[in-house]
Amino acid sequence: MLSRTASNLYWAGRYMERADFVARLVDATTRLSALPSTYGGDPAAWSSAIAAAGVADAFEQAHGEPEESAVIQFLTVEPENPSSIRTCVERARGNARAVRTGLTREAWEALNGAWHEVQRFGVKLPTARVAELTEAVQRTVSLFDGAAQRTMLRDDAYWFLQLGGAVERADNTARLLDVKYHLLLPRDEPVGGSLDYFQWATILRTVSALTAYRWVYRDSVKPWLVADLLIFNSRMPRSLSCCYDQIVHLIDQLGAGSGRRGPATRIASQMQLQLGEKDIDQVFASGLHEFIEAFIVENNRLGAAVAEQFAF
Amino acid sequence: MTAAFDEMDGWGGGEPRAAYAKVRAWLAEAPPELLQTRRAQAELLFRRTGVTFNVYGDPGGSERLIPFDLVPRVITSAEWGRIERGLIQRVSALNALLGDLYGGQEILRAGLIPEELVLRNPQLQLAVMGHRPSKDIFVHVAGVDLVRTGPDDFFVLEDNARTPSGVSYMLENREMMLRLFPDLVAGAKIAPVETYPDLLLETLRSVAPESPEAEPTIVVLTPGPYNSAFYEHSFLADKMGVELVEGADLFVRDNIVYMRTTEGPRRVHVIYRRIDDAFLDPLFFRPDSTLGVPGLLAAYLAGTVTLANAVGTGIADDKAMYSYMPEVIRFYTGEEPILANVPTWRCREPDSLAYVLDHLGELVVKEVDGSGGYGMLVGPHATKAEVAAFADKLRANPEGFIAQPTLALSTCPTLSEGGLQPRHVDLRPFVLTGADGVQVTPGGLTRVALTPGSLVVNSSQGGGTKDTWVAD
Repeated sequence: MLSRTASNLYWAGRYMERADFVARLVDATTRLSALPSTYGGDPAAWSSAIAAAGVADAFEQAHGEPEESAVIQFLTVEPENPSSIRTCVERARGNARAVRTGLTREAWEALNGAWHEVQRFGVKLPTARVAELTEAVQRTVSLFDGAAQRTMLRDDAYWFLQLGGAVERADNTARLLDVKYHLLLPRDEPVGGSLDYFQWATILRTVSALTAYRWVYRDSVKPWLVADLLIFNSRMPRSLSCCYDQIVHLIDQLGAGSGRRGPATRIASQMQLQLGEKDIDQVFASGLHEFIEAFIVENNRLGAAVAEQFAF
Repeated sequence: MTAAFDEMDGWGGGEPRAAYAKVRAWLAEAPPELLQTRRAQAELLFRRTGVTFNVYGDPGGSERLIPFDLVPRVITSAEWGRIERGLIQRVSALNALLGDLYGGQEILRAGLIPEELVLRNPQLQLAVMGHRPSKDIFVHVAGVDLVRTGPDDFFVLEDNARTPSGVSYMLENREMMLRLFPDLVAGAKIAPVETYPDLLLETLRSVAPESPEAEPTIVVLTPGPYNSAFYEHSFLADKMGVELVEGADLFVRDNIVYMRTTEGPRRVHVIYRRIDDAFLDPLFFRPDSTLGVPGLLAAYLAGTVTLANAVGTGIADDKAMYSYMPEVIRFYTGEEPILANVPTWRCREPDSLAYVLDHLGELVVKEVDGSGGYGMLVGPHATKAEVAAFADKLRANPEGFIAQPTLALSTCPTLSEGGLQPRHVDLRPFVLTGADGVQVTPGGLTRVALTPGSLVVNSSQGGGTKDTWVAD
């Protein structure tokens, strides 16, 4: 496959995944900030949202103090924000359009449909329509995933698209953990009935895992179990562990034809190995925050190594 | 202007034409609301698929839909038989002409074409003089524009031997009709067009250079997503199952062309290029071009890669050369031309220039190397000021122009605000030439001028398209 095509598909995958993440982040944060503070409503909810989206600096430069309606505008429809939903979908489409031949008609139509959907909302979003937009984005991203999954040949095009999605997913989950890690540390006092419940639920909602949590642990929401789910549970599609199982598999598939291995192959296997060997107690013992920070750095290195290995 | 021949109704008041019996009955039965609904549906489907083109000079730089008209244009099998023979004859002659102009130049020695028209023509690519392309084919893909003025009167308007576009619309329009009106289409027994991508692939494979690789690698070379025909480039690459490349995806080493892939360099044998000669290779042509591939021309001359169409075909579809096509056909085929030329005044000739200047108000004047409907004057539709301004341009550079009578192009019923209205149409069939001969896909792209009375059908000027049926 052409290196440029591979790069375009990889980035189309990343941007679609990011659009979906930001949509869920906005949703979950809206719920959290709507609670009275006696129930855990968090005045800093929107600051952590822009931090989790990785655009805190960009926001503060443009708007100063994070205030709810400004943050929502910024995260959803702001063309100047490189990670706004609008920008992500636009870039995903730009990448896909440049390599139309890499996608099936069904996958392209779904992606183009997502773009038309987002265009419909313009660049000023009334508060009353925020939920409509985030819902539309999540639906169209799923439609795109489904169309790709159902119609694309299992070859390089599909694998690069999926690889972009998996690398981005790992990054999103890690950044969410990075912003919220202090809420997830085990404490000495019993946690039942804690006001932090809503914070933990928000984290789970952002990665659409609230129900999954209950199925896996059959327990009330405990912060260390939330961390365990998001980092180590390889059955949870947005966990770091699951993302890396997928990344290793995809990079293997991509190399299978030529038998070539490269820096991305090595980094991905190392990461997978580490996630497999450790457990949540060890992570807490050596520092959750340090662990997450190191993960984000390594995940970025992997992104660069993919570009190097496949000559993007 | 005199009344035009109508594809469905013939001459006004005469008998409606038999070929349209099914379409006519369908139009009579279909409630007007249904047609409007279907039209909206078609637009939605095209928009969703992204069947768009980009308009140059549009500040929005936006993607637009080419308006699609639901009423098909029908050509009978008998009419088509003659058109097909005429196209095969004409494109064969074009290939012979190019082989001669870049080879022995016998036609110049025979005195049939003025030497300076060829030798001083900027479209003659001196860099490829004497080079024989694979299988001696220059024009692998031609999109010959035909117009009709009466039941048996078809004229060739342009030969389009460089990088003709529009074939994706021919294919998409048929798909759209099948989707919107399956019964109508199934009942009409229309010659299929969907084999075009396969035929194109076969054509390109047949002209691959000799090489150690068993399977030639074929690519479509596009200027990129901002080009007006980008959708078509990606469509064709997709349908043929070959890579769509940009200049930067290719490189040349030791006179061999490679593409950059995720598994390292891969040799390329045939390039269906949709960029003009001038942008192919910055080392030879325009040094400021970033669209092409440095060293491509040297590889081409070394015979390691086939370019389709070949370099230098512009000399044959130059509009001044066009006027000599009847002589060209007789010279190389020994036959009388089956399809007529439109009478053409060459403004380079003083008598013709004088005539053209006197009759600007009734003529169509075109730049000899123009295309896409840009830079032309349609006398009867121009204001006095436009005519005067054009006359100045013409006097300043007579060699740059030809003039033709304003033809009463045939009309075809077209869905418009006020129901069905006659609108002028032309026809662009697509002609493929490979090692095994010349093939024409039945039908082609019918373009329609949507403005009442307008004769300009180019999509860049707001024209639309129709599905084109060859049926009994």
